[in-house]
Order: sequence, then C-alpha cells, then structure tokens
Amino acid sequence: MNFISTIKLVFRTLLARKGRSFLTILGIVIGVAGVITIIALGAGAQELVVGQVTKLGTDLLSVQPGKSDEKGPPSQIFGIVITTLTYEDAQAMRDTSRVPHAVAVNAQVRGQGTVTWQNRELDTYFTGTESNLPEMTTINANSGRFFDERESSGNSNVVVLGSYISEQLFGEAGVDPIGQVIKVKTNNSAGIPLRIIGVAEERGSAFFQNQDDQIYMPLEIAQKQLLGIRHLQMINIKVDAAENLENTRGDIKQLLMERHRIQKEVDADFTVRNLADAVELLSTITDALRLFLTSMAAVALVVGGIGILNIMMVTVAERTREIGLRKAVGATNVAIRNQFLFEAGTLTLLGGIIGIIVGVVISYLVTLLMIKLGYDWAFVVSPLSILLAVGVSILTGVVFGLYPAFKAAKLDPITALRYE
Amino acid sequence: MALIQVENLTKNYVNEEVITSVLHGVSFNIEKGEFVAIMGPSGSGKSTLMHILSFLDRPTGGKYLFDGQDIKGFDDDYLAELRNSRVGFVFQSFNLLPRTTVLDNVSLPLIYSKNKNYGQAARKALEAVGLSHRLEYFTNQISGGEKQRVAIARALVNDPKIIFADEPTGNLDSKSGNTVMSILQKLNNEGRTIILVTHEMDTANHAKRIIRIRDGNIESDAAVEKRTIATDGKELIK
Repeated sequence: MNFISTIKLVFRTLLARKGRSFLTILGIVIGVAGVITIIALGAGAQELVVGQVTKLGTDLLSVQPGKSDEKGPPSQIFGIVITTLTYEDAQAMRDTSRVPHAVAVNAQVRGQGTVTWQNRELDTYFTGTESNLPEMTTINANSGRFFDERESSGNSNVVVLGSYISEQLFGEAGVDPIGQVIKVKTNNSAGIPLRIIGVAEERGSAFFQNQDDQIYMPLEIAQKQLLGIRHLQMINIKVDAAENLENTRGDIKQLLMERHRIQKEVDADFTVRNLADAVELLSTITDALRLFLTSMAAVALVVGGIGILNIMMVTVAERTREIGLRKAVGATNVAIRNQFLFEAGTLTLLGGIIGIIVGVVISYLVTLLMIKLGYDWAFVVSPLSILLAVGVSILTGVVFGLYPAFKAAKLDPITALRYE
Repeated sequence: MALIQVENLTKNYVNEEVITSVLHGVSFNIEKGEFVAIMGPSGSGKSTLMHILSFLDRPTGGKYLFDGQDIKGFDDDYLAELRNSRVGFVFQSFNLLPRTTVLDNVSLPLIYSKNKNYGQAARKALEAVGLSHRLEYFTNQISGGEKQRVAIARALVNDPKIIFADEPTGNLDSKSGNTVMSILQKLNNEGRTIILVTHEMDTANHAKRIIRIRDGNIESDAAVEKRTIATDGKELIK
C-alpha cells in the first residue's frame, strides 16, 4: 500500500467522522495554542522589558537610599523613608578623582501633586532634578527647552511638561503652553506658580511608568517647596562605558560609605543599582512564568494525547470488521498499523495546525490590546515555536496512536470478520 | 498439476489448555476451473477448511500445496499477498465499507496490490456484475442483492484464480440469490475456479462437485448429477 493511497484513505475516514475528529483533537488544539501564545507573549514581554530599560539607558547607575538587595525591590517601595542621601553626596560623586568614569551625575526627587491652569486641574507626578537630565536619558523638548544650569541652581520657578500633561491642560483650549503659568499643589504646599518653558517629546512608557504623565522642575523647588524634605530619592550616574559600570559601582559605594561613616558594606544605608540588573531580574521572573505556563500547556498536550489514545481504541474496536476485511483482501499487518498510526498522526497534526492558528490569533489580539494600553509591545511569533508545536503534536499522535495501531495490526482476520 | 492439493490436513484450536480438533486429516484435490461446493452442518469444520484454503488461517498438520507450492514456507506477508492477488472473497454479510461508494469498495483490494497497472479494473469488475450504473452510490443506498454483487466485483478486481464464496446467498431473498449464483456460474464458465461454502443443498447444487464434511472428516466427495443452472437475473448480465 503506497503513501498517497494511505493519505487518501485516512482523509476519507476522518472526513466521514468530522464531529468526532474535531472533538478528538480539541485537547491538542488547546495545548498547542497555549504553547504558541505563551511563547509569543513571553517573547513580547521580554522585548518590552528590554526596550523599556534601554530607553532609560543601560549605561546608568542609580543610587537609592536604604539598604536592599541589589537585585530586589528598593526599600522605598515599602514606604520606608531614609533621609541620609543628600545633594552633597551627589556633589561628591562629581569629583573625578573619586569617581573617574562618571560623565554625568543627576540628583532627583519625585512626588505626586495637582497641577492647575485656569479652571483645569490634573493629578500628576513631578520630578525635581537638575539641568543635566537630558544628558542622562532620552528626553527632548518638543517645543521650548529644558531648564538650564542657571535656572536649576537658581531655583527659578520654571517647569517642563510631559506631552500628556500638556495635551490635557492646553489641548482643548488650543493655547501655546510655553509662557503660561501653572500652579502645583501637594500635601505640603498650598501651591506654587511655575512658568512653562518647555514641553517634552512623547516618550511612551519606560519601566512601566507613563513618562508623558510627568512634569519636571528644578530640584530644590520640588524638594523644599513641594515635598518639604532635604534628602534625595535618587542619584543617577552616567558611566562613560558599559565595561566601567562595575568599577564605578565600587567607587560610589566606597565614597558613600566614607561620607556616611559606615564600616561594613552590610550596614550601608544606600543601594547602587545597575539597570542591567533590573533587566536580569525581570527576565528571571518572565522566564520562570514562561516555564510554568509551558509546562501547563505540556500537560494539556498529554491530556490531549490520552484523548487520542482513547478515541483510537474506540475506533479500532468499532472498525474491527473493516480491519478483518482489509486483511482478507490483502492488507499486511504493517499496512493496517500504518493506516491507524497515520490516522492518529493526521488528527494531531490537524490539531496542531488549528492550535497554531488559534495561538497566533490570540497573540495578535493581545498585541493589539497592549498597544492600545500604550505599551510598546511587539508581535513576535518565532518559527521555532511553530516548528516545535507541529513536531510535538505529530509526536503526540504517533506515541499515543502506537498502542491502538499495533492492536489493530494484530487482529486475527477471521475473528475480526465475524465480529459483531 | 492440481491448483489445490490437500493431504491429511488437520486443524486444532487450543483454548485455555483445551485442544479442540476441528479437522482430522482431510485430503482432496481441486483442479483449475472447478466449481466445488463444500457442504456440511454448522460445526462440521467447513468454514475452517475454507479459511485454510483461502490463506486466512494455517493448518496444524498435513500439507496444503497451492499451485504446487507448500504454503508452510510462506510468511504472513506473503499470505496477505496471495489473498490479495490469487483469491477473491464473497461473504454472507457482504462486508462492504460503510459511508463509502460502490466504486471505492470495489477498489479496496487494489490499494494493497503490488501490481499498480490496474487502470479501469474496478469499473470493469462492476460491469461484469451489471452494476455500472451504481458507481457513485453509497453502499447504504443499494439493495442486498446489489451489495452482494458489489462484493463479487470486489472479489474479481485483482483477477484472481479462485473465488471463495462463504454462504453468498445466506442473507438474500431467492431472486437476488439466483442472480448471485448465476454470476458465479458465469465466472466459472469463463474459467475461474469457484469454491462455495454452504449448508443448503439448493445452493450447493449450482456447483459441479460437492465435498461433504461432517465432524472434521470428508463424508463424501462426488460430482453433481442434476446441476441447477441459475437463470434468473441472467438478463442483468451483459
């Protein structure tokens, strides 16, 4: 019996039992769709994370107050306020004899407040920083400019708006925001007026924060007038080359420990982070999630395979007479075995193909959703995952089809022909 | 040389350590072109004999020479090939594939055939049984008599030397049965060897020779004196 007639025969048989064939492969469809979707979403998430981090810059070190695991979350997240990191620390880092590879040092504080312009009011985040922020990260003025050194150190009442804030406050009125004065209020401040000197280009999100829902002002305005604090929340250091990141991290640690009079590293009241660490952390999490979900999908495939085994056993029992007849008219054991193996393999292959289509469609829909939510999500379906899915589904069919196929092949034609 | 030579053929079945002897040494020859009816009551061993003769089963002892060759030396795959190319089967219960057309049913032995030059064989076989007008019918759309004629066409499709018919009229009314017998007689007239298994005298009388089996032994082996020639339905055959 040749290959083509086997294919024809199998398709005819499967088509004659469309409903059952479909139900049989449902488990495989779900398993394969699961694998494809998970792999695609995992790849998308990874690209997103890497993209977000690269947007902030991978040659950055970040000093944050409080001791914490360099690869764990910062202590601020837990609501602990540590006030030992100061502007003087940032100034000390600018000493090239102590930190030779630092090309720029930028001190920051952050907070939440309410901005008002005329009768419009908006809650947003503010960042108090220095004039060198554009050197640290990709923030460009779309119109106007960022505040300069003089405005920064002189604590001028100036502000740069994120594109989203600008649109929300001025978009409807059609007024050019440059030169307008907004008022910023916080829990500690009844409101201070700030003159808009620039609007930043749209930046999308970085590190899962909408960078456009932000305003930027000179450090001390935010620190003293809006937050009422004297310490810093973050010092970012741009390093001249990626290979000097670790050296510089050591330099900064030593410098700060001296300044804070700390003997042992375990007692440090600050943490120096590298953004690459964060990428690694997030990758570890997404990898673990992916592994977990993939093993769930593998379980679905095995369950699907058992479904195939089950239905093939029923099929062989039902078609006992047919098997007997085929043997009587000259089918060898091998021909019968191949027919049923091929049938199981075709079923699971079909299941795999449908599963791939379903998986790709789901991944695409998720991509659309993520883009709509403002994430820079990429639609990634790797050919490898498709190859894997097809291979695994055929393998499932063959493995779980083996026993029924051998059972069919071993049937005695005389008994089979008499079977009622 | 006889087409079939059987010498002292025995067949035992072993079931849970109990040996049942079904055939205790039967011997006969069947020449090419004969029309033999194997008769006997149920349990006599006539079906077992037919299964052995048609390569569906192997004897326990004795010799079976087919075309001068001892089948003892043939492996299962070669027996399958013999079933495919040298013999054709007609069963009491037709054994057609459901949800399949008449033409595909008749073509079934061809897909297991080594000889791939069959071309129009299935159509020719259906023509021989007068069913050219039913090619694309499904097997559940035709009558019992037509089903058995499809089965005969299937038996013919590989141009076999022998046709084994196991109670071919058992499930048919007398008119359809007559048609089937007339087709078998016609095939015999054309030179094919027919071996018919039946327990009905009326059916057996269509053959030229009757071998009676009882309790695993040959009771008698004689030519038919008053042979019935089936006429009914002859007009169906071109």
